[in-house]
Amino acid sequence: MPRLNVRKTYKLYINGEFPRTESGRFYPVKSKEGELLANACRGSRKDLRNAVQAARKALGGWSEKTAYNRGQILYRIAEVCESRAAELIAELRRQGSTAAEARKEIDQVIDRWVYYAGWSDKYPQVVGSVNPVAGPYYNFTVPEPTGVVGIVAPEEPALLGLVSRLAPAIVGGNTAVAITSESRPLAAITLAEVFANSDVPGGVINLISGLKSELVPWLASHMDVNAIDATGVASEAMPALQKAAAENVKRVIRFDADAIGWSDARLSQSPYAIFEFQEMKTVWHPIGM
Amino acid sequence: MTTTLETRDRLAPGAASSALVEWHYSPSLESTDHIKLAKRYNLFIGGEFVEPHSKRWFETINPATEETLAEIAEADAEDVDRAVTAARRAYEKVWRKIAPSERAKYIFRIARLIQEKSRALAVVETMNGGKPIKESRDIDIPLAAAHFFYYAGWADKLEYAFPNRNVAPVGVAAQIIPWNFPLLMAAWKLAPALAAGNTIILKPAETTPLTSLLLAEIIQEAELPPGVVNIITGGPASGAALASHRDVDKIAFTGSTEVGKRILRAVAGTKKKLTLELGGKAPNIVFEDAPLDQAIEGIINGIYFNQGHVCCAGSRLFVQESVVEPVIRKLRDRIGTLRVGNPLDKNTDVGAINSRAQLEKIQELVESGVEEGAEMFQSACSVPDRGFWFRPTFFTGVAQSSRIAQEEIFGPVLSVLTFRTPEEAIEKANNTPYGLSAGVWTEKGSRILKMSQKLRAGVVWANTYNKFDPSSPFGGYKESGFGREGGLHGLAPYVSLS
Repeated sequence: MPRLNVRKTYKLYINGEFPRTESGRFYPVKSKEGELLANACRGSRKDLRNAVQAARKALGGWSEKTAYNRGQILYRIAEVCESRAAELIAELRRQGSTAAEARKEIDQVIDRWVYYAGWSDKYPQVVGSVNPVAGPYYNFTVPEPTGVVGIVAPEEPALLGLVSRLAPAIVGGNTAVAITSESRPLAAITLAEVFANSDVPGGVINLISGLKSELVPWLASHMDVNAIDATGVASEAMPALQKAAAENVKRVIRFDADAIGWSDARLSQSPYAIFEFQEMKTVWHPIGM
Repeated sequence: MTTTLETRDRLAPGAASSALVEWHYSPSLESTDHIKLAKRYNLFIGGEFVEPHSKRWFETINPATEETLAEIAEADAEDVDRAVTAARRAYEKVWRKIAPSERAKYIFRIARLIQEKSRALAVVETMNGGKPIKESRDIDIPLAAAHFFYYAGWADKLEYAFPNRNVAPVGVAAQIIPWNFPLLMAAWKLAPALAAGNTIILKPAETTPLTSLLLAEIIQEAELPPGVVNIITGGPASGAALASHRDVDKIAFTGSTEVGKRILRAVAGTKKKLTLELGGKAPNIVFEDAPLDQAIEGIINGIYFNQGHVCCAGSRLFVQESVVEPVIRKLRDRIGTLRVGNPLDKNTDVGAINSRAQLEKIQELVESGVEEGAEMFQSACSVPDRGFWFRPTFFTGVAQSSRIAQEEIFGPVLSVLTFRTPEEAIEKANNTPYGLSAGVWTEKGSRILKMSQKLRAGVVWANTYNKFDPSSPFGGYKESGFGREGGLHGLAPYVSLS
């Protein structure tokens, strides 16, 4: 008799752990053919709040790590993605990608981590400045992370889209709470296992699966979220999100993937994606004997 | 390989120097049993180790024991030509065409392999060069890995370093490095050159070839396309043949100002790009408001780090007159606690002088200091019988015109001078043909910045000294050379912009 396989329970990723949704709810994730793939967690407002709390707690430690150290950790994510490529490809294929599409998407996911790993100790050199003010003052401007960033991943490409927005946010010292692709969440949840094994401190990246219509408004109005990457939010839902985000002056960014595309690395990855979640700090100091 | 060199130091606690307390330290030796050196190393050309055309090999030794570690190939002009040809072919056929993001991944591999092999590299660095294991372990090797890691990231981001220009590699680069930080200097040279898409012929110093050859093995393991990095060994003749080779597009040299000038003359009239990182005679300036204990540590680190074999060593100490007495007293006490001896001992502060020739040069200059009337203080520590050693030394009453205030000693010898006003300190500090680095010690931030503006040096350390980071540019003004290594600016020597 053939051995019965053991199925994976797909859970949330909060504070470095894999809890089920506190709500106990689920939603079915189906293949293109309508076959049930898994019962994913239908994350709740409370899950989001837990995730934001974890992200806030992790912010100090993560943003104070040296840029070199953050770069090494992002590079480690790339290494572990590479060694788990077969598993990630299988997830994408289950969700409807062809073998070639899945391979290409994972290759790009890995290369994107490497690309942003390389920016960790360079973006301040590109965006920072020494300002020749008219007076005996030494004046310089350095970027600092905005804080806790909420990320709404696009529906497709479920993994490359998420990683393309997540990597620039965290390489810049922010911590993140990401809502995964609603229709294709499985690969992202498996990616969380990569994070958990890549020296990413718990709470730096948090992933919530569920219904965007339910989750996004809570994320948008949460007073301890500093910025939102609304790439995965439908354009007609943007006004409501922006109004909710106004309450604590969240920075709202939306990468227009339809206009630019995901697979052209020149357009879909750049240091500008890092700068979007940076605050510029200027310091004055007198010069004199 | 392990030799036991007992480290016996005298500790003179504080002002009670009349009542010497003698301390005996138990040795804490780094093991060498995991080190597997070949008997003989050949030239690394076209991805393989090949016998030299010269059919000549020379011995490389451990300067702490004078024992032979391995035989090293001596490249002649024919070997240099082979290496340049291999680099040219790899450049035209492979390396310039590889996608920058893939180039990056090769360099990341090198960084990771150095991290994986860091212990072996540190031990070999110490055995071949004489530097304390705590320095090779905590500084040289980790920084070398970090350098590759940093520049790997630049490979596919060059358009952000040079906006509005097409960025292309220069071509074939000849890189000649010194013996004071062998692997680290190899990293400083190779990493930016590779990131920008150049191919390379690297020549390590005659006395310290081993870690470069271990790096050649790492480059093989990383599966870099053959010929992208070639490593040739030998003496000054090999270096001269490399620097004067017709098909080299770019020369990067770190070493003495004298040789730097020779290279300048050799490339005159050619289109070769050149960067030079040459000697120094750095001022380390202590103001009366400086936190003195912290400053003493900075002075000690500034001059005795790596036996003073540091081009940016803080070899001229300028002390404001009001604090001369406590600074000299603290300095005397502190050099008495430095542990001089077996570099493989984890507690050693000052290791072996790199070579007999260098030891003789130090001795000659120190004698000139005594003859010129300066007062000499030397640590009373004992040193091993075999090997090359020089006790930590400083001179007071040094005149500006004295040889020990003007010439680079490149050893653990400090010249102490004094000043009254900041203007005088600047005047004296800049009174040198060199301009590599400088140190400033004061609690006053505005003064640090003013001094930084006025000092003609490529690096200024404030309330710290001898700090290095891959993201931070390093290089000199005036006769200390030109071009920067490290940071965004370290890319410029290896790109051609159109």
